[in-house]
Amino acid sequence: MPDSLPFAPQFASVRHRDETAELGMWVFIATEVLLFGGLILSYFVYRHADPRAFMAASRHTDVLIGTANTAILLTSSFFVACAVEAFSVRARTASRALLIGAIVLGLSFVVLKGFEYADEYREHLIPGINFSFDGPLADGVQLFFVFYFVATLLHTLHMLIGIGLLTIFAVRIRNAEESRTRAALHSAALYWHFVDVVWIFLFALIYLPGKSS
Amino acid sequence: MERWRPSVPLVASWLGLLALLALTVTLAYQPLGAFNAVVALCIGATKAAIVAAVFMELRERGPRIFIFAGAGLFWLAILLWLGSMDFMTRT
Repeated sequence: MPDSLPFAPQFASVRHRDETAELGMWVFIATEVLLFGGLILSYFVYRHADPRAFMAASRHTDVLIGTANTAILLTSSFFVACAVEAFSVRARTASRALLIGAIVLGLSFVVLKGFEYADEYREHLIPGINFSFDGPLADGVQLFFVFYFVATLLHTLHMLIGIGLLTIFAVRIRNAEESRTRAALHSAALYWHFVDVVWIFLFALIYLPGKSS
Repeated sequence: MERWRPSVPLVASWLGLLALLALTVTLAYQPLGAFNAVVALCIGATKAAIVAAVFMELRERGPRIFIFAGAGLFWLAILLWLGSMDFMTRT
């Protein structure tokens, strides 16, 4: 394709192209909302069936790492939003530094999650590998941890994809073509913020129940 | 190039999100009975709304983007509502 064309022939303008990209991202995010929505529905159904077990299980999660990871993700989202803003006023060096900051925070999240999984392995909380829990609530606790591992692994996979996307922009942003990159960076940012929103709800459902009793 | 400072709404949102995180963790340790779950989910929804409005720039967008963003929430509402109705009403 010749580089002289700023947008593909199906678009009337650069603005039209960018709006289409943004709408496309929102359609994709809607499918992701339903993916995680199905998971969260299963959480509510099982929690409703055995609320005491879910409280007991939640007390075995590491609220310190969970809270730290939430703060890390919220801050990384702030960095990415700043990177988009900086790029749009042509502050490319600042934008790149902010993206690198968000990548480092994203990697810290994944590393902390790894430490958390290692603790759960030592406490015999991983269903299918080494789960053992004493008492009448064991079945419900195991269901909680099935949800926990499926939801957090799926979320971490999204994190890794997001980190990969941000890395591509951090590497290429200095010499990239202006308008096309702005639209693409904005799409990547929407994805990163969505992954952040998913975590906000996972945090409330996984770490906070049962702490007051 | 290249004098750039983060805009006030971005910084305010970030600080607000961290404050809400501190609030939700603090309230989780208060004995509120069934309201613990309600409070946690309401604060979570508030945080999600801030991220969507400011970081995802929805507050600067028009009805067309709202419809596409809202469609996901609408389908999610149907999924959670019809999906959980039997369990919530079964005696």
